[in-house]
Amino acid sequence: MKSPQAPLVSVRGLAIRLGPHDVLRNVDLDIAAGEIVTIVGPNGSGKSTLLRAIIGAIEPRAGTVTLRPGVRLGYVPQKLQIDPTLPINVARFLNLPTRRPAADIAEALHTAGLPDLQKRPMSALSGGQFQRVLLARALLEKPDLLLLDEPTQGLDQQGSAAFYQQIEEVRARLGCAILMVSHELHVVMSASDRVICLNGHVCCHGTPEVVASAPEYRALFGTGTKGALALYRHTHDHGHDHDHPQPDHHHEDHAI
Amino acid sequence: MLDDFMIRAALAGVGTAAAAAPLGCFVVWRRMAYFGDATAHAAMLGVALALTFQVPVFGGVLAAALAMGLTVSTLSGKGLAADTLLGVLAHSALAFGLVAVSFLSGVPVDLMGYLLGDILAVSKGDLAVIWAGAAMVSALIAWRWSDLLIATVGPDLARASGIDPRREQMVLTLCLALTVAVAIKVVGVLLIAALLVIPGATARGLASSPEAMALTAAGLGSLSALGGLWASFQFDTPTGPTIVCVAATLFVLSTLLRSVREA
Repeated sequence: MKSPQAPLVSVRGLAIRLGPHDVLRNVDLDIAAGEIVTIVGPNGSGKSTLLRAIIGAIEPRAGTVTLRPGVRLGYVPQKLQIDPTLPINVARFLNLPTRRPAADIAEALHTAGLPDLQKRPMSALSGGQFQRVLLARALLEKPDLLLLDEPTQGLDQQGSAAFYQQIEEVRARLGCAILMVSHELHVVMSASDRVICLNGHVCCHGTPEVVASAPEYRALFGTGTKGALALYRHTHDHGHDHDHPQPDHHHEDHAI
Repeated sequence: MLDDFMIRAALAGVGTAAAAAPLGCFVVWRRMAYFGDATAHAAMLGVALALTFQVPVFGGVLAAALAMGLTVSTLSGKGLAADTLLGVLAHSALAFGLVAVSFLSGVPVDLMGYLLGDILAVSKGDLAVIWAGAAMVSALIAWRWSDLLIATVGPDLARASGIDPRREQMVLTLCLALTVAVAIKVVGVLLIAALLVIPGATARGLASSPEAMALTAAGLGSLSALGGLWASFQFDTPTGPTIVCVAATLFVLSTLLRSVREA
């Protein structure tokens, strides 16, 4: 999947200050075409800020964010609050800011794992449907890079497993690179090509196995064998725990 | 035809309301009602400046409203809560404006006319200014419509699509200043915000798309202007406040209609 071309995004020496806080300092990051990179880190470690800096929503205090010329971004925010006074249905939302052909919209909804609910008001969607509509809107940009900021926040375990499965399918179908922020370490570790552990700066990065065994990572997420791979196994085992039957455990295993 | 003061008043009212209402929808969607208030109240300061330096009132009001809009846009998000900041600025601007006007000795100032509007005294020249301003506001909103809408729905989504939400905020600020400058003659400083917010709020219950809501609001605003003009003639009441009363009555009716329908 690695491309010999210039990276889609190249971040160098990025520093960002929000109000009195130095949120990010000295961050370097490259995203190559087609790879899945996940950012993990504790709350307030600057994960969302990094994504917002890449789309250009925040001015860096120092350093640069360079996009490969002509690169198209699809962005799925952590949450989107549409004011209840704004009447807007799914089709109108997906046509913002550019009008799309009806066939493209139907296909994007399908790829995002949704039925044809174009006429449905945005306010009438469930949390999972809303996130998938946001994904569909990002897909309509025909992105080279898809940025997902904790896209499964507010979804239950089943919903979030299904969502990540959808992401895999999207990558397989479109071949776009994916940069996502996630709290769900077991998903991260199984689905990513590379993991970046962030805590104001890049603590460590590399393949999931490398990061999981890095001391910096363990300092943040647990010691000894309680790293993410352990967590993954634990969760995996848990699905077979017959004392607490989970009707969806088969599904969950599949997603992992 | 334009020699009849009632015709001129009707045209002034409809022009102002029809331009203000779609802009008002953005004011409602973006929760900028206080922003509209602050911009409108700054108009009093603009009146004082215009009379002091003997420039047209329209120019003075436009400059003051624009200055207020830019100040609020720049200061918001830097410390004070937005509504506190707007409360401070809105009422200070009004108070300083009123005090400044009182210093203008020798000039007879129709204070009530500026505070509550004087639509029956609209001249042909006023009418031309009002329609030119209203046309500019409508054209700006129509031209920027999609970008304004995505910037309203999600500033970061706009960014990712290559649209600068701050630029759209500036477009709205400019539109607000223009609207205030033309509406001061129609409903006055105190009630301009009502002309922005009430038709939009009424239209919310009647529309299922942003476009329909903006057009419905424009229709309701025009209806309020004509209805208010008629009612003030019938009952010999001040015209500006009567227009707002009609708009408020339509709001109550649409709310009742909605709750009956949903029950």
